[in-house]
Amino acid sequence: MSDMWAAIPPRGRIVLAMLLALLLVAPAVLDRYLMSVLILIFYFAFVGQAWNIMMGYAGQLSLGHALYAGLGGYVAALLWFYFGIGPWIGVFAGVAVAAAFGAVIGWLGFRFGIQGVYFALLTIAFAEFTRIAFDNMAFTGGPSGLFLLYDEHRAGEWWNLRGGPMLFYYLGLILAAGGALLTAWLSRSRLGYQWLAVREDQEAALSLGVGAFRAKMIAVLISASMTAIGGVFLAFYNNSLFPSQAFEIGRSIEIILAPVIGGLGTIFGPIIGAFILTPLGETLIALTAKFGLDLPGTKAVFYGLTLMIIITLRPDGVWPWLKRLLGLELKP
Amino acid sequence: MNLAIVLNVVIQGVLTGLMYGLMALGLSVIFGVVRVVNFAHGEFAVVAMYATYLLFVGLGLDPLISLVPIAIAFFAIGYVLQITLVHRFVGRSEHEQFILLVGLAIIIVNGLLMIFGPDARPTNLPYSLDSFAIGPLFIDTARVYAAVAALLVSAALFAFFRYTSTGTAIRACADNLTGAGVVGLNVKRLYAVTFGIGLACVGAAGALMVTIADASPSLAQSFTLLAFTIVIIGGLGSMTGALIGGVLIGVSEAMASFFFAPSMKSMFSFALLVAVLVLRPQGLMGRRA
Repeated sequence: MSDMWAAIPPRGRIVLAMLLALLLVAPAVLDRYLMSVLILIFYFAFVGQAWNIMMGYAGQLSLGHALYAGLGGYVAALLWFYFGIGPWIGVFAGVAVAAAFGAVIGWLGFRFGIQGVYFALLTIAFAEFTRIAFDNMAFTGGPSGLFLLYDEHRAGEWWNLRGGPMLFYYLGLILAAGGALLTAWLSRSRLGYQWLAVREDQEAALSLGVGAFRAKMIAVLISASMTAIGGVFLAFYNNSLFPSQAFEIGRSIEIILAPVIGGLGTIFGPIIGAFILTPLGETLIALTAKFGLDLPGTKAVFYGLTLMIIITLRPDGVWPWLKRLLGLELKP
Repeated sequence: MNLAIVLNVVIQGVLTGLMYGLMALGLSVIFGVVRVVNFAHGEFAVVAMYATYLLFVGLGLDPLISLVPIAIAFFAIGYVLQITLVHRFVGRSEHEQFILLVGLAIIIVNGLLMIFGPDARPTNLPYSLDSFAIGPLFIDTARVYAAVAALLVSAALFAFFRYTSTGTAIRACADNLTGAGVVGLNVKRLYAVTFGIGLACVGAAGALMVTIADASPSLAQSFTLLAFTIVIIGGLGSMTGALIGGVLIGVSEAMASFFFAPSMKSMFSFALLVAVLVLRPQGLMGRRA
């Protein structure tokens, strides 16, 4: 842990500590709306970090991450809905199911050498398959969705994730910070270096005795588990789940936006990306609503444009550039 | 189980599959030559459907006629898109190409949503309810015309790649890029022509697709996935593979809708896709890399 701290230049340490302190006390002054924006930022920073581990570090392009978030959310919500089992226990079941799916996809992909675009399509196929299955199942509520009733009597039960914005704010902050810490720790571990080796040149890595299959499988399992935790968080925050939203490609793309824009394969990339994108999207909605132009789809068009511009001009994302600009690079 | 009913379902699937095949052909040509994955493929198909709808409502043009101007316009769009934007991404990593075109796809589908709204726009052809009766079989007239048109466009494309010098040059680029550059082929222009041809295919397919579906933004994503599924099943870069894959998926969808539920039809396509990826990754007609 201490060497991770040492890897951040002194200036960066001050900025980071100030930012954390600011976020810790912010709820005292923020209104409900700004809280909800920050909660979304934390969520996207966390699931973005999960995707970042798989794509940014291990180099495996998954476009079906909504599958893991949706499964995690649905499993925990169903346990709560039918048996009254709280999400702190349900999350383990959700993670287990999502990790099992991740294991199947990973095994199929890596055992049979399905790579790049083909692998991406495999992940999409699984997510779409699951979406249709959930649409056709009765006990999940089918296409009309699953609702977690918000009961006033249980409003204070934080141990059942029944609470207001304050609860989800701090939980989101813990998730986002924890995700970043985990990524930082992993990236400096033996496994992290194996991921980089596999990402850069799998043949070379194999010839040096790196177990590429094992390394990639662990990446999928970690990434799927983290995303499932994010899914539980979102399900209990929104109190509703629909197959057409939970497993949609649009949801998977939302997950990849923050790390792509912030910077793939960097620890702060997903966080910076989430902090840039979510407020911009919200501002855009507020602005267009003011001028009566808030047609459905406006925000998505903006996200699409942002993706195209960033990937054309700064394919490495905003963070590496920002880091240089702020002088936060460690002197060699 | 009545054999005639099943045969009806199969024929309907084959006819639909030929349109799917034409759409997938466009994707296959682009990937096979330019090596860029057009993740906005289905979105372009839906744009063509809206164009066909507008030409029909505004000018009373039959889709079989508006197919020609739409294909030409789409060729131009593809040419310009490749020259200005996509060419910068040739040779860059797959995920960067993917994200560029995902961005484009999001803009197209939501742009359509902003302009036309979420409601489906039907093109009510005067002959859309007619059918040919052959013994116990009833075959939709509109579907037969559309399938024949799809076959004709595909045949024209085969002929172009086989017999014209530009077509041969494009094949050379696909086979050996360095070699093509060495003998002095203008790769950048040929790539643009290829992307244009790919979009012309999807434009023509979209125009024909109004005979089986109403134009709606929500179709776009499923068309993209459909095209990818077909191309991978048929074998990436194989033109006959795309057509055969299209027919296979068309029949599988028709059978699944008939025996199970229409909402479950793509589950079978995805199952086929996973099976092909695992058992025969080069696709049915593809050559082993």
